[in-house]
Amino acid sequence: MDWGQILSTAAGELLSPVTAAYALAAIGIGVHFGYAGLLNFGQAGFMAIGAYAFVVPTLLWDFPIWAAFLSTILVSVLFALLLGIPTLRLRADYLAIVTIASAEIVRFVVSTSGLTAITGGATGLSGYNGGFIDLNPFAPGRYGFGPWEFSANQLWVRVFGWGLVIIASVLVFLLMRSPWGRVVKGIREDEDAVRSLGKNVYAYKMQALILGGVFGAFAGVIYVLPRSLQPTNYGTTLTFFIWTMLLLGGAATIFGPIVGAMIFAALLTLSDGIVRGLIRADIVTFISGTQAGQIRFMIIGAVLMLLVIFRPQGIFGNKKELSFNV
Amino acid sequence: MSDTMLTHPLVDGAVGPGCKKVDPIVVADNVTRTFGGLTAVDVAHVEIPRNAITALIGPNGAGKTTFFNLLTGFDKPNTGQWSFEGHSLARVPAFRVARKGMVRTFQLTKSLGRLSVLQNMLLGATKQPGENIFTALIKPLWSKREEAIISKAEEILARFKLLEKSEDYAASLSGGQRKLLEMARALMSDPVLIMLDEPMAGVNPALTQSLLGHIKELKAEGMSVLFVEHDMHMVRHISDWVIVMAEGKVVAEGPPDQVMNDPAVIDAYLGAHHDSDLGDMTGANPVIDAKEAAAEHAAKKEGAI
Repeated sequence: MDWGQILSTAAGELLSPVTAAYALAAIGIGVHFGYAGLLNFGQAGFMAIGAYAFVVPTLLWDFPIWAAFLSTILVSVLFALLLGIPTLRLRADYLAIVTIASAEIVRFVVSTSGLTAITGGATGLSGYNGGFIDLNPFAPGRYGFGPWEFSANQLWVRVFGWGLVIIASVLVFLLMRSPWGRVVKGIREDEDAVRSLGKNVYAYKMQALILGGVFGAFAGVIYVLPRSLQPTNYGTTLTFFIWTMLLLGGAATIFGPIVGAMIFAALLTLSDGIVRGLIRADIVTFISGTQAGQIRFMIIGAVLMLLVIFRPQGIFGNKKELSFNV
Repeated sequence: MSDTMLTHPLVDGAVGPGCKKVDPIVVADNVTRTFGGLTAVDVAHVEIPRNAITALIGPNGAGKTTFFNLLTGFDKPNTGQWSFEGHSLARVPAFRVARKGMVRTFQLTKSLGRLSVLQNMLLGATKQPGENIFTALIKPLWSKREEAIISKAEEILARFKLLEKSEDYAASLSGGQRKLLEMARALMSDPVLIMLDEPMAGVNPALTQSLLGHIKELKAEGMSVLFVEHDMHMVRHISDWVIVMAEGKVVAEGPPDQVMNDPAVIDAYLGAHHDSDLGDMTGANPVIDAKEAAAEHAAKKEGAI
């Protein structure tokens, strides 16, 4: 068993663009759930919407990259409005139901064969990242050291992805220390009380839904930049991965979603490497390689349960804040 | 009631249910609200006097809280019009009602548990530009207003003896302190009319005294107060005017001493037969009758098998 190889792959995963995408999507549901108390179980839907809104215009109409990003923002804002207008006046659980359903609707719509000319159907889309690579400011060559050694393009997509994560975190930090953040946190506690103090609760909830949704959409873009766009990636599993990361790090915190995503991604790779290593070394003989891929998800399910039971505030969360039963 | 017309300085004309006030702050007409077949509120006409403490009393299920919710926009009426300081407020959303200066508290206290006491207070403030998502990003645009409302919040907290708790989570306060906090928070917006839904419910006698003191102080500062209450002694103690509801209607109103002796009120509260002796249970006891009937039924069933 090559421990060096396993550990190095896991460490490389810490900074991978997928991890950046996870972190950004987790920051999004952090805004929704951690601060505003909105139950969004459809973050994968926002990611899919963001990715397709970026990729489809690029391929169909040769959108320049800035216009493709603009399209991501516009379409995800529209999607948030579509979800929010009918549900945000109702009790919190309605949003949860609508988001989980609409994320699935998005996934089924983009993979229908009737839309193959536009969305690529079940095979997805590729060959759209030329514009992004053209913007690469780094000269060709190798950068970094150890597990973090990248080519110029690999470095560029990482710098871009983590740059967006940092921008989103700064935005969340600025908003949550402001009176806007206070109103939103008040809504999380009791929206009728906030309403009785003259705040337009519906508008605040909508703003929070849009903000977190746009973060999710950008996460979708980061996710597809270094690879091809596959509709199967946007299942409900993705949403629950992101929830696990958020709860792992701490829901109402700035660094929680980022660190949660890093730990989660590294653990996912590490456990996979270890299980496969054990099979290859004939130490574990009763499962096949395909089964090994599933085992890590069982482990993650168990971790999520333990986390919610024994450390509901996550790594960074304030114990005091969650010790009250309100 | 006697034939002589009763008058009162707050009232324009004769005192009676739905009477006209000299200077009303709220005027409501034909407000009805039904839940299925039940008419919870059916108020033909009522006026709330300005700069006075008005108590809204009535037995359980009289529709007091529903009427409260309707006036403040937390519930929508089937029919009805009402105005606050001359502006119609019917079907205006709750947050706009609050912005007009009509601020309410809740029967089940709604303190925001995982915010500090001070943060709770700051939420009550108005005209904070930082509550806009875009200005929120640039601190200099709202920090000045923030300083002003923090000092105001501390002033009010000191008055309510909550200042030393200002950094604690609201969830760590006792039930009575939360009632105080909710009232203090409502004051942050300088309301014209403050509406308290059972402010004394579940509060110990010592704290009740201090709550009563605070309510009187509100009036002294020029505010109008409307509150829902069950305890008649409390009502007698502080209110200038009492409105009595029963089965959704306003059945009586007047100054406290007079209302408490009104036969309509006594009927509503105690039932029409409250002073007739119920006897010493020498007659049939319905509980024992029911038991016997059940035993008989069981015996019959057994016999059938």
